[in-house]
Amino acid sequence: MAPRPKLAVWKFASCDGCQLTLLDCEDELLAIADALDIAQFLEATKVATDGPYDVSLVEGSITTAHDAQRIRDIRAQTKTLITIGACATAGGTQSLRNFADVDAYTSMVYAHPDYISTLATSTPISDHVKVDFELRGCPVSKHQLLELISATLAGRKPHVPLTSQCTECKQHGTTCVTVAHGIPCLGPVTQAGCGNLCPSVGRGCYGCFGPKETPNAAALSAQMAGLGLPPRALRDLYRSFNAAAPEFQAESKRHD
Amino acid sequence: MTQYPVSAIMLRDPSLLVGALIAEGWRVIGPKLDQNAIVYDQLINGDDLPRGLTDEQEAGHYRMVPGRDGRWFDYVVGPQSWKKWLFPARQKLWSATRRDDGFDIEAQATDWPKTAFIGVRACEIAAMAVQDRVFDNGSFADSAYAVRRRDTLIVAVQCARSGATCFCASMETGPRASAGFDIALTELDDGLFADSGSDRGAAILARLNAHPAQPRQRQEAQEVSARAAAMQVRRMPANAPEVLRAQPDHPQWDEVANRCLSCGNCTLACPTCFCTDVEDVTDLSGNHAERWRSWDSCFSVDFTYVHGGSVRRSVKSRYRQWMTHKLSSWVDQFGTSGCVGCGRCITWCPVGIDITKEVAAIAASGSEG
Ligand code: SF4
Ligand code: SF4
Ligand code: SF4
Ligand code: SF4
Repeated sequence: MAPRPKLAVWKFASCDGCQLTLLDCEDELLAIADALDIAQFLEATKVATDGPYDVSLVEGSITTAHDAQRIRDIRAQTKTLITIGACATAGGTQSLRNFADVDAYTSMVYAHPDYISTLATSTPISDHVKVDFELRGCPVSKHQLLELISATLAGRKPHVPLTSQCTECKQHGTTCVTVAHGIPCLGPVTQAGCGNLCPSVGRGCYGCFGPKETPNAAALSAQMAGLGLPPRALRDLYRSFNAAAPEFQAESKRHD
Repeated sequence: MTQYPVSAIMLRDPSLLVGALIAEGWRVIGPKLDQNAIVYDQLINGDDLPRGLTDEQEAGHYRMVPGRDGRWFDYVVGPQSWKKWLFPARQKLWSATRRDDGFDIEAQATDWPKTAFIGVRACEIAAMAVQDRVFDNGSFADSAYAVRRRDTLIVAVQCARSGATCFCASMETGPRASAGFDIALTELDDGLFADSGSDRGAAILARLNAHPAQPRQRQEAQEVSARAAAMQVRRMPANAPEVLRAQPDHPQWDEVANRCLSCGNCTLACPTCFCTDVEDVTDLSGNHAERWRSWDSCFSVDFTYVHGGSVRRSVKSRYRQWMTHKLSSWVDQFGTSGCVGCGRCITWCPVGIDITKEVAAIAASGSEG
């Protein structure tokens, strides 16, 4: 039997939710362990084998100078580097700091702010190193994660559509919450993939999967303003898990 | 017009028909109230049919509101269409398993019990005929589609009112269906006028033991449809195919692209759009593969992906593709319009883009440019 590809799972500034999605693949975990040699995955095992690695899954964003160096080291030891989740692909909720004064925040939160060494921004991994594939979501979807791992193992392109969340509503038979209930929804500018979680229970999409391909956020905002959403609420809608994704950032700034 | 053994009957209550069909072993799919909208799902019994409700529709707007007391079918078409059943959103085509000396392919069987659709509107019957030309047209047959079509009984409902986004009259697809059904119901003040459109429909009506309809009731049924047609406030210009063919560079395409979200809702809600994506998936072991077909839309960038990139990158080019295919090049391709005037793309567009208004805007200034 050919040696199994070596997998490493890395954590940066994040909540661990995406790594938990991997652990949550209960039925498939054994198959993953069969197909891959898990060399680093601190959330799951203390075993830690040195690089190089065939595949690195990277969770979290870069918020310290130390992490900015660490991701370069990981890149240097990795053949295929995949980022998982909104933190790693767009900077995460912690990128709200990009719109504020970090020193002022630090002095409010910590008793000894001088112990804190942090960057002024939270940035995606792709701002620092070359990324081979970005898997969206807060957290990522288990289905897409398994598809991505299977595709990577088979050497094929993963099936991860870049279309709107609306396409999931229509495929699931979910009645549009905006049209039928007047609920503001980021679905038309948000990438599909979550499994239609919010609209299927009558809530508007929160944009966890970040901007879809060619999003027209200005046109959606005009429509939501028509539903009665004030500018501040509009700004906050775009400023959450994917606040620093370029298209959402630009749109939230228009309503500042 | 009936040439079948039984003449039309008057049905007091459509749930009697639903009950009779279920008792005869049909799976009955019909209108149900779900998420405050009328959707098409399996009916467990006649009580599942909504009653006393109507819908309020406008561009980008749909609400269920109380309607005339006791009326069964005073709403028109909702967010879903019958393509949800005849042309499912995701369909497994086949799977394959690796063997030592190659691989085995397993065909996907079509699981379709004998099914009755109840509440099919005239535009929806027309939409099925449009999709028939795509999926079962003599030179190509999607076998699963053909089985589903063949083993489905159609109980039409002739619309007693039109919604504000309906424009079937101008497409000549409704509001009264004259063929394409087994049974057709028209709701009158004193019950449902039920006529048959096929031998199997006539046989089912005969077994209901209801009162025969009077000539007056037949006359009233025609008048109901005429009134519904007269209510329509939107229309499609008859020269839409020529107008669109002549105007690929009209400035209106840029204007609509500023408003369009390229979300794809219009194509997915449309009962005739048939485009799909085919995806091959493998499992972690790499020993099992499956081929799936799922709804796609010309609004997705990958839709025109060829070696080196996508052809239609701008929203303008994608909107233009949808509208010119639907209303113009469809005629060249299939001999009919791709639009049956159901109004779904207008109602279910989150920003209320109206296909009739866009054509009118292009037609109005088209002759000068
Ligand atoms: S509910 Fe949201 S995501 Fe779904 S179709 Fe409507 S706008 Fe799109
Ligand atoms: S184009 Fe619009 S109105 Fe015409 S059939 Fe499709 S959804 Fe209905
Ligand atoms: S309008 Fe678009 S999605 Fe619909 S059938 Fe034509 S190309 Fe396909
Ligand atoms: S016309 Fe409306 S429904 Fe269609 S893609 Fe554009 S915004 Fe979406």
